[in-house]
Amino acid sequence: MSELERYVDIALTVNGRRSRASVDARTLLVHHLREHERLTGTHIGCDTSNCGACTVLIDGQSAKSCTVLAVQADGSAVTTIEGLSGPYDGFTAVQEGFRQCHGLQCGYCTPGMVMAATSLLVEHPDPTADEIRLGIEGNMCRCTGYQMIVESVRWAVEHPEPASDDQVKRTA
Amino acid sequence: MSLVGARVLRKEDPRLLSGTGTFVDDLSPARCAFAMFVGSSEAHARITHIDVRAALKMEGVLGVWTAADFVDYPDLPGGLDGLERPALARNIVRFVGEPVAVVVAEDRYLAADAAAAVDIGYESLPVSTTIDEACADGAELLFPRRGSNVITIVPMLDDLERDLERADQRAHLRIVNQRCAAVPIEAMACLADWKPDGLTMWATFQAPHHLRNYLASWLDIAQSQCRVIAPDVGGGFGSKIVWYPELFIAPVLSKQLRRPVKFSQTRSEAMVQMAHGRDQVHDLDVGFDRDGTIKALRFVISQNLGAYPDPTGLGLAVLTSWMAAGCYKIPKVSTSFRTVVTNTTPVAAYRGAGRPEAAFSIERIVDLVAQRTGLDPAEVRRRNFIPPSAFPYETHNEPVVYDSGDFPAALAECLRLMRYDERRAEQAARRNDPTAPLLGIGLSCWLEIAGFGPNGSLEGFGHLASWESAQVRIQPDGSAIVFVGSSPHGQGHETTFAQIASDELGISFDRIHLRFGDTATVLQGIGTMGSRGVPTSGSAVKMTSARVLARAKKIAAHLLEASEHDLEVADDAFFVRGTPGKNVSWGDVAWASFQPLRLPPELQAGSLEEHLYQESPNFSYPSGAYGCVVEIDRDTGEVSIVDMVLVDDCGTVINPLLAEGQVHGGVAQGIAQALFESVRYTPDTGQPVTASLLDYLVPTAADLPDYTAGRITTLCPNNPLGAKGIGESGAVGAPAAVVNAVVDALAPFGVEHLDMPISPEAVWRIIQETR
Repeated sequence: MSELERYVDIALTVNGRRSRASVDARTLLVHHLREHERLTGTHIGCDTSNCGACTVLIDGQSAKSCTVLAVQADGSAVTTIEGLSGPYDGFTAVQEGFRQCHGLQCGYCTPGMVMAATSLLVEHPDPTADEIRLGIEGNMCRCTGYQMIVESVRWAVEHPEPASDDQVKRTA
Repeated sequence: MSLVGARVLRKEDPRLLSGTGTFVDDLSPARCAFAMFVGSSEAHARITHIDVRAALKMEGVLGVWTAADFVDYPDLPGGLDGLERPALARNIVRFVGEPVAVVVAEDRYLAADAAAAVDIGYESLPVSTTIDEACADGAELLFPRRGSNVITIVPMLDDLERDLERADQRAHLRIVNQRCAAVPIEAMACLADWKPDGLTMWATFQAPHHLRNYLASWLDIAQSQCRVIAPDVGGGFGSKIVWYPELFIAPVLSKQLRRPVKFSQTRSEAMVQMAHGRDQVHDLDVGFDRDGTIKALRFVISQNLGAYPDPTGLGLAVLTSWMAAGCYKIPKVSTSFRTVVTNTTPVAAYRGAGRPEAAFSIERIVDLVAQRTGLDPAEVRRRNFIPPSAFPYETHNEPVVYDSGDFPAALAECLRLMRYDERRAEQAARRNDPTAPLLGIGLSCWLEIAGFGPNGSLEGFGHLASWESAQVRIQPDGSAIVFVGSSPHGQGHETTFAQIASDELGISFDRIHLRFGDTATVLQGIGTMGSRGVPTSGSAVKMTSARVLARAKKIAAHLLEASEHDLEVADDAFFVRGTPGKNVSWGDVAWASFQPLRLPPELQAGSLEEHLYQESPNFSYPSGAYGCVVEIDRDTGEVSIVDMVLVDDCGTVINPLLAEGQVHGGVAQGIAQALFESVRYTPDTGQPVTASLLDYLVPTAADLPDYTAGRITTLCPNNPLGAKGIGESGAVGAPAAVVNAVVDALAPFGVEHLDMPISPEAVWRIIQETR
């Protein structure tokens, strides 16, 4: 592969900010976010797309950023944990729910879990506990045993934020 | 108002929820290079050649190292004579994944490319992956100099054959406690930065001082120029207190390259390179009378150590033998164990470390006695419990004296919460209805040894000592920084220890901040393991805070011209009892504490800094009663947990919310062991078949039930908090509750025991065979 083919120019909108880069074509989106954008809140926990620690939103849909090449995200809007913003001291209801209900311990899976839950509530604003369990089954947590994560997401359901799409920070 | 016992929200969370935590792989200093290890593809082989020439020529490669480059360095610490583990495999590889070479390149992609280009030739040797294979006649020896694959044997003094014969009945059970993987979601990672003035090493580790002590010695540098930092740590569960070769090699690479070198393990690497847990086989013989009274227990343990004995791995069977009788008063108990090396990943601590194995077996035995006598399992437990009046209770092993407990009360609370009698009635009704799912009810009255520990206990596992340290530093504004030697990985030290300090000091929770995990700033420390955080480290915080308060009262009394004995402290101020108007703020006292002119003559500037090393006179013994109700689909064999009741006794609870979280997490791992997880190898070649999260079944939210938590409290007399520890409880108690429930459901099919993990297929076959 020639150098020209190997490096590809991409343009992303990351947490509302436009970003251009020339990336090695094989670079995973998660590595691009962590190492080029320096957004280290998105984590890596496996190499088989099972754990979900790398979950981000791509054009509003949750995606495991280890299953996406950076070049595939060209032209997309990506939201990471750093891009969430809400009325609870800066936290969204989902983030605040995790704080209120002890939905995290070591915190390593947490950003991915929060992004998956955020996406779930966009699609299903009022899920039951069982629906939450199915909705986050692509994300592994080894610390909590999940019950408090389910309660965290329910907390967010019961504390809806004022209707707006500013859950995702729109900074210039 | 006391904060100890309150459901306080965590200080850690805003950082971790906003993506601003700092895990090792988040760090990226200038000129940071990346290391990738080349693991053995063979379970047991002679290395015939290593050719690194192709790798060296590849883009971005800074170097390739093999055992030949480490001849000047010692073997890894903790090895027994004749069982030494070199940092990189030398001539022989003994398990798949054992690091043979390491490549450093400009980034992780280039390092992975070059690692794949390192050519290693092997000449296969016969492989043993199980205890039976390794102990068979003619088995290939892993360490020929030792003359055997059996590393340690502790025989029993009395085989109890006469006592077993004398009982009304006797039974034998062979239990395999399968090999599990800890799987912290953050795998191993380290970043070594060797500069002319010394080494700074960031590592995801449960015991940074422990690592510092051994790393400095291995590198032959002074401990004072070897700084180890454990930043945010993404779970550990015992797997991050192990001497992984990567931790020792990375600093050497950094030194030679004069660049920071980072290593961040992939999950596929972690599944074969991070230590595994459990992997014991128990041969159990029990003698019991018709009334369900257990008369004698013979408990023979075999421990699979994996390829290289870890200091903790060697100790697992000791802990199992200590806890063999659980919470029962058994007149005759005899234990023995042997430990065996095999061509598998080394085995070390995994949540509970030797105690889940003991609890599982004794709780299975009690159920077997119930089944054989036709008595209710709850009744058999009651008839054999150590009574609450019997504490302190001396067990069959001299160092083990149970501190306190109330096993009948815990069981009664568990039965109440799970509506036991109602469930039994429902079960009986369902047994007559072939269309209804099977119902099974399981109990587990477990007990573990924790709060490590009394002097000498952790030293046996290679640690410097068994105390834990705390230091309280009052700042000039009256806020406090509390340093602790135990370094957390999800336990919530920043919150619980601030609660303890706040109660003692009268300084508000928001003005107390914890620091840990850095050998350059924290005194000496031991680590976070063995359910010791609150009993040992928390007690250190409490006692240090009390000493600081005593000094602060002297200063406050001097400033108020009052007697220190008349002072009370609350809400960041000191008051003269009965004269609330006469007071001075903590801030004023703290400010004065640095000004010699304002101090009483017996005190000097800086006297509101204090530290101590908290020793424990003995262990603690958390206990509990867990109940599990399962439904089994007769057509698929699928087991569904419909109720999981968890009654814990951990002594004093600092924060019920966090305590519950610890129990949930441990129970999830216990259920996972019962139903899902097992590390497996191909029999003849020792190839791991569970080397990714596709194959190793870590449960998700959809696989696990809701939990119902209950609590009883008996205080631990061995530490000033009265706390027993909570970190391992769930993993100790849950497996037996689940398996007992499944066996109970299948009892009408003649089932007396099933080994873990109980798969739907195994259950389905039992149901099919009797249809």
